Amino acid sequence: MKHLLGIEDLDGDDIEHLLTLTDSFVEVGKRRMPKVPALQGRTVTWLFYEDSTRTRLSFEQAAKRLSADTLSFSVSASSVKKGESLRDTVETIEAMGVDAIVVRHGSAGVPRQITQWVSGSVINAGDGWHEHPTQALLDCFTIREHLGGVGGLRIAIVGDVKHSRVARSDAWAFTKLGAQVTLVAPPTLLPPSLDGWPVRASHDLDAVLGDVDVVYLLRMQRERMTEALVPSLREYTACYGLTRRRVDRLGDKAIVMHPGPMNRGVEIAADVADLPRSVVVDQVRNGVAVRMAVLFDLLGSGRGLVTVADQPQGSTLT
Amino acid sequence: MSKSVVIRGGRVVDAYGERAADVLIDDGRIAAVSDRGDLTADLVLDAGGCVVAPGLVDLHTHLRQPGKEEAETIETGARAAALGGFTCVLAMPNTSPPIDSAGVAREVLELGRGTCCDVRTSAAITVGRQGTQLTPMAELAGLGVRFFTDDGSGVQDGRLMRRAMEYATGLGVTLAQHCEDDVLAAGGAMNEGAWSSRLGIPGQPAEAEEVMVMRDVALARLTGARVHFQHLSTRRSVDLVAAAKAEGLPATCEVTPHHFTLTDERCSTYDPVFKVNPPLRTDDDVAAVRAGLAGGTVDCIATDHAPHAPETKEAPFDQAPPGMLGLETALALALTQLGLPIDQALGLLSWRPSAILGVAEVHGGPIEPGRRANLCVVDPAARWTVDPAALASRSRNTPYAGMTLTGRVRHTLLAGEPVVIDAEAQR
Repeated sequence: MKHLLGIEDLDGDDIEHLLTLTDSFVEVGKRRMPKVPALQGRTVTWLFYEDSTRTRLSFEQAAKRLSADTLSFSVSASSVKKGESLRDTVETIEAMGVDAIVVRHGSAGVPRQITQWVSGSVINAGDGWHEHPTQALLDCFTIREHLGGVGGLRIAIVGDVKHSRVARSDAWAFTKLGAQVTLVAPPTLLPPSLDGWPVRASHDLDAVLGDVDVVYLLRMQRERMTEALVPSLREYTACYGLTRRRVDRLGDKAIVMHPGPMNRGVEIAADVADLPRSVVVDQVRNGVAVRMAVLFDLLGSGRGLVTVADQPQGSTLT
Repeated sequence: MSKSVVIRGGRVVDAYGERAADVLIDDGRIAAVSDRGDLTADLVLDAGGCVVAPGLVDLHTHLRQPGKEEAETIETGARAAALGGFTCVLAMPNTSPPIDSAGVAREVLELGRGTCCDVRTSAAITVGRQGTQLTPMAELAGLGVRFFTDDGSGVQDGRLMRRAMEYATGLGVTLAQHCEDDVLAAGGAMNEGAWSSRLGIPGQPAEAEEVMVMRDVALARLTGARVHFQHLSTRRSVDLVAAAKAEGLPATCEVTPHHFTLTDERCSTYDPVFKVNPPLRTDDDVAAVRAGLAGGTVDCIATDHAPHAPETKEAPFDQAPPGMLGLETALALALTQLGLPIDQALGLLSWRPSAILGVAEVHGGPIEPGRRANLCVVDPAARWTVDPAALASRSRNTPYAGMTLTGRVRHTLLAGEPVVIDAEAQR
């Protein structure tokens, strides 16, 4: 694997491999000195055309814990504002000598387009409505941490699936690991076609809640109202919000997830967000280890999808 | 006084049939057609293994001049046309400034003179293609404009479209529509469906095209105007036109080579070269437009040749401009993709669009003495690989890069002058 563009390109074994690798880096994170020299001499840069707090910080933390050099590039302050084309921007960064570019862009497909213009690795940190693969990996890791594994689970992804790169990546990741996924949303917030998606769809959250192991809530964006996708936030919350009353119908072990940032009181009731079964903070925490695993896998000395046994444990993880 | 030319050793194919014959051209006109091998001239063009046909006519060509000369000029577009076998192209009005006044129309016609092709122009239906006020249609018709269209977008206002149609009936001109309901299509960068859903690219539904076809069929019924539906791309659009024709309405329509060749699956590489308007559709739509071409519902093939400078296609998919090159590849695709007899495929590219545009006296007519010598000589067996850098167009946005096509133009004659000899442009 040279690039990480989307979960759709991976198979279940690839995902399992990255999750196993993540275990090692979780262990690193617990050390008094949580840093390894695995990517010393490697340079990672960020190309974020959209605002991001947690993804960008998490990648930065991951790169630093692997001892990679990081080059910061702020799109808003750069020549992009002067009208430089995507290709010219990318080739300029490439010319400075970077091993990996972590890209976030509001348009689907940009990370894939960039691969034609660079020799280094490209990591998708979110492209339009398309994919957000490291989010899906950290979601799988978090589920595994709490429920022992992903295979065989019943997972409901609730909310604005249509415009959600998280939902696309998660749907692929969960099903590739053997979970049964139900997308729950009003028809206006589901993709126009689910042909070829290994999922079920429902418009009735209450009918689904009784027998799920994971409720994955998506962020409901206010601008969806102006597009007449839902009549009002109030009606959305009434039909699809995870209220206290609804959460009480979940099984004892069921967990609640959210990619953040949460709209408390809209897709998730404020008190539900703070329940022990809400694992939102774990998702954020695991983001660093997952991104370390991805960077290591793409840039580490093994380069490519190395098996755990092949990992140069002695030289990189000590 | 031009040199006389004989096209030797080919099979002549026109609307009246097919026969082995040599064609002598003198003083811009066909002087003789003979199978006795006795014709001689100043210049002999070899047509061995080739079909000698009336020149092709394209009802839908974006020549980009004035305004976007970095993408195409009338000169380079005309050269690409001639290499593709076209002797007549109809310039679309979405230039900058748009072709919405006599002044700009005259400029386009003037720039077309002396090029490799007979460049005709359409004109906009509304001033600035803004959809609010009619252009001086009578004045433009006086300059020879036969087709009015806001191509690049459709006329959204139904009342204004009705008035345009009513007014057009008084002038004997045709209204051509780019059928796309802007509100339904808003934000859509590809066909809405399984692929757009999976790729996360905003889609536009087939219905955005179909509701405007439906509306304009109704308005044609109301006004009696001659309407031409541009670049139809969906099964139901073809069905709607079939129903309009069955009713006896004076409706015609065109389909592009890319809509009978490519599907929305191509967008899965996110390469904006596959972004086009209307968007590439599904297998079922491709089957339907092919059936429409074979069965006669679809009147002709038009290229919608839409050059874009390379850097504009190196943008994110949803931000890149829509459109793809078509002039130099249309004939090969028509000959190989449709499975039609060669005379039917040539008819869809030559005498049928020529009749719709009203230029049958000059283009697409039978190959017989006295006719203007606008001809193309096609080697239907020639195989060639599409190299974007080798195209005559100033742009490179062909979706067929690297593909091997069968069928190539060997010679093109414009008013008796060989403008293409052995696949090389002479002007």
